[in-house]
Amino acid sequence: MENKLIISPSPHIHGGDSISKNMYGVLIALVPVFLVSLYYFGLGALIVTAVSVLSCVLFEYLIQRFVLKKEPSVGDGSAILTGVLLAFNLPSNLPVWIIIIGSLAAIGIGKMSFGGLGNNIFNPALAGRVFLLISFPAQMTTWPLPGKLPMDYIDSVTGATTLSMINEGVARLPSFADMLLGNMGGSLGEVSAAALLLGFAYLLVRRIITWHIPVAIIVTVFALTGIMYLIDPLSYADPVVHLLSGGLLLGAIFMATDYVTSPMSRDGMIVYGVGIGLLTSVIRLFGSYPEGVSFAILIMNALTPIINTYFKPKHFGGR
Amino acid sequence: MLKTFRIGGIHPPGNKLSAGKKITSIPVPRQVIIPLGQHIGAPAQAVVKKGDQVKAGTLLGESGGFVSANIHSSVSGKVNKIDNAVDASGYKRPAIYIDAEGDEWEDTIDRSETLVRECSISSQEIIDKIAQAGIVGLGGATFPTQVKLTPPAGLRPEILIINGVECEPYLTSDHSLMIEKGEQVLTGVTILMKAISVDKAVIGIENNKPDAIIHLKDLAKRYTGIEITPLKVQYPQGGEKQLIDAVVRRQVKSGALPISVGAVVHNVGTAYAVYEAVQKNKPLIERVVTVTGKGVANPSNFMVRIGTPVRDLIEAAGGMSENTGKIIGGGPMMGKALTSADIPVTKGSSGILVFSKEESLRKPVHNCIRCAKCVQVCPMGLNPTLLMNATEFANWELAEKNYIVDCIECGSCSFTCPACRPLLDYIRSGKGKVMGIIRARKS
Repeated sequence: MENKLIISPSPHIHGGDSISKNMYGVLIALVPVFLVSLYYFGLGALIVTAVSVLSCVLFEYLIQRFVLKKEPSVGDGSAILTGVLLAFNLPSNLPVWIIIIGSLAAIGIGKMSFGGLGNNIFNPALAGRVFLLISFPAQMTTWPLPGKLPMDYIDSVTGATTLSMINEGVARLPSFADMLLGNMGGSLGEVSAAALLLGFAYLLVRRIITWHIPVAIIVTVFALTGIMYLIDPLSYADPVVHLLSGGLLLGAIFMATDYVTSPMSRDGMIVYGVGIGLLTSVIRLFGSYPEGVSFAILIMNALTPIINTYFKPKHFGGR
Repeated sequence: MLKTFRIGGIHPPGNKLSAGKKITSIPVPRQVIIPLGQHIGAPAQAVVKKGDQVKAGTLLGESGGFVSANIHSSVSGKVNKIDNAVDASGYKRPAIYIDAEGDEWEDTIDRSETLVRECSISSQEIIDKIAQAGIVGLGGATFPTQVKLTPPAGLRPEILIINGVECEPYLTSDHSLMIEKGEQVLTGVTILMKAISVDKAVIGIENNKPDAIIHLKDLAKRYTGIEITPLKVQYPQGGEKQLIDAVVRRQVKSGALPISVGAVVHNVGTAYAVYEAVQKNKPLIERVVTVTGKGVANPSNFMVRIGTPVRDLIEAAGGMSENTGKIIGGGPMMGKALTSADIPVTKGSSGILVFSKEESLRKPVHNCIRCAKCVQVCPMGLNPTLLMNATEFANWELAEKNYIVDCIECGSCSFTCPACRPLLDYIRSGKGKVMGIIRARKS
C-alpha cells in the first residue's frame, strides 16, 4: 500500500462546484418563468419548450458524436439550458419545424462551430433566435395573447406586444400589474417580470451569477429611457414600462449573464452591462425594431474579448 | 462587522477534527532524520560527523548564509550517518540521521514549566538568541525569523501582527497552542515587540476559535500593547498580505515586503518558539503537529521532536487505514502530498493529514466556461484562467504582465473551479518560469 500513495500538487480538496450544478441551477431559476408561461400560453408553451429542448440536446449529441467525434457531454445540462432559453425567446405559436431550425442554428452555428461549450463567442440561444428573427420575420413577430391554460397552439389568437404598441404609437398599454405578472403578449419566457426577478434572486443566493451585469443593464435602460420620458412624456414611454416589457429582464438576468460570452472582471461586467443597456435603449427608442435586447447582447458578446483585455480584475495592492 | 481581507476569498469546510484535543507528547523515536535544509534559503552546514555523541539541543548544522538557520539535534544519541533523505518536497536532500539513546538534554536548556515573563536583554541580543535557536516561521513558510526581525535600512516597523488565523482546514496546532500556552505566546509576542522596537501588537484570530479569542483577550490584560482582533472566517486569511489587509487595512504592493506598510508578521507558533528560545534557552527541536483526517482513528495535537518519521505520528493517532490514499504534510489547501510515511517532521510541519483513496482523487477536467469564479475568489486580484492559458501556451510576457509572480499559491482558484481545471498546477509552474526570466534579466 505504501508505494501506492497518491501524489498530486495542492490544493487537495475541491469545493464541489461543477458545470452541471451551475447549468441545472439556472434551469431551476427558470422554473417560475416556465410555470407562468404554461398558465398564459398553455399547450403552445409546452410544445415550443419541449421541441426546442429535445432538438437542442439531439443536435448537440449528434454533432459531438459524429462530426467532432468526441464523447458527447449532453449530461452537463448546457444544451438543455440553450433549448429552454431559445424557447423562452420564441412566440408560443411557432411551428415545430421552425423551432427545429432555430435549435440547429443555436447549437450547430452558435455553439459547436466554435468548438462547443466554453469556446463560443455568441450566446447560442440568442444566435438561434436572431437567425429565426431574420429568416422568419412574420412568424417570429406574431404573438399569441395570454389566456388561462389555453389548449390551442398554431391557431391561437394573436396580438401586439407592449413594445410594438409603443413603436406603433398605441396609447393603451397593459397595466403595471399585468406586466409584472405576465398577462400580456410576447415571447413565452419574457412576459412575467415577477417570475424573472424570482429567478434572479435564486441565482444570486446560489452564487451562480453576480449582480453586476443585470443591474448595470437595468439601471442603464431605466436611466436612458427615463431621460427621454422626462424630455417628452408624450412621445416616449414611462421607463418602468421599458423595464417590465419585452425581453429586457429575461435578457439581462438569463442571457447576458451567460458565462462563456460575458466579461470576467467586475469592472468589465459593468462596462458590458452598460453597453447592452445603451444599445437596447437606442434600438427601442430610435430603431425600426420595437425590441433590441437580443441584438444588444450579441453585439456586446462580440466586444467581450476587448473588454477582458482592457478591464482587468482589481489587483491586490493596486497596479 | 468583523474584519477580513478585501479581495477574493473562499469558505472551505473547517473540518477541525482535532480541535480541543490537548497537546500530548509522543515517545522519542528510535531514529530521527534531521534535514539540513528545513527553511527557505541556504541549507545549514553540518558541524557534526558520523559517530559523534549528541544531546537534545546540540547544534548539528550552522546557518549557511544570511537567509538560513541553525539546526539542532532533537534527541540524545549517536550520529549514525549524514546522507540524503527524501523530504516533504519529494527531493532527496542532505540530512543527519541520529540513533536515539536515552533522552539527555543540553544543560543550558531550562526544561521546567515555570513561566518566565521578564526579559531584560537588548533587542540585538534577542535577535541573536533567536538566530542561535534556529527559529523559522512556523506557519509553514519557514522563513528564518531573525531575518524578518532585521528590517532593511530606512524602513521602520510600526506594528507587529501575530498570525493566529490558522485558516487551513483541519489544522489545529496554533489553536491548541493559544489555548494551552497562552502566557508563553503572549510573552513571546512581547519579546518580538521589543526585538523590532514597536509598542503595538495585534493577534489576529478567526472567529471560529472563540475559546482562543476569549482566553487570550483575558490574558492580554496583563500585557501592554497587545490587542486581540477577531476576524471573519475566510480563507486564505493566514496569507501574510491578506492578514495585514484584514488587520490594518493596508495592501502591500506587488513585489514589496510587509515592512513597506510598517508591518512585521509572525505566527503564534513562532512566538511560542521565541519564548522558549529567549526565556528557556531552548532551540527549535520540537513543535506541535496536528495529525488528522477522516481516516485517522484519533485526530490529535502532538508535541513532536523534529526528525520524527511521519509514520510514528500516524501510529500514535490510531494508525493508518488500509484505505489510505494520500498523506499530506500541512493542510489540504497548501500542504504537500508526501511520497512515503518515512518522511520526517520538520520545522515547517504544522500538520499531517491522511486522506482516504476516495478523497485523494481529482475530478475529471472540463473546458473552461469562463464563469470567472476563479477571478472572484483570487485573494490577489489575479485572473487565474488567463494565467493558466498563458502558461499552457508559454506566453511568458502575458503571464508576467498579469502579475503571475504575485500568486500566493493558496489554491482558491482550483478549489472553486466548476470545470475542475488544474489552475494552480499550471500557474505554479508558470510563476517559476517567469521568476527565472525576471532573475535572468536582472543579472
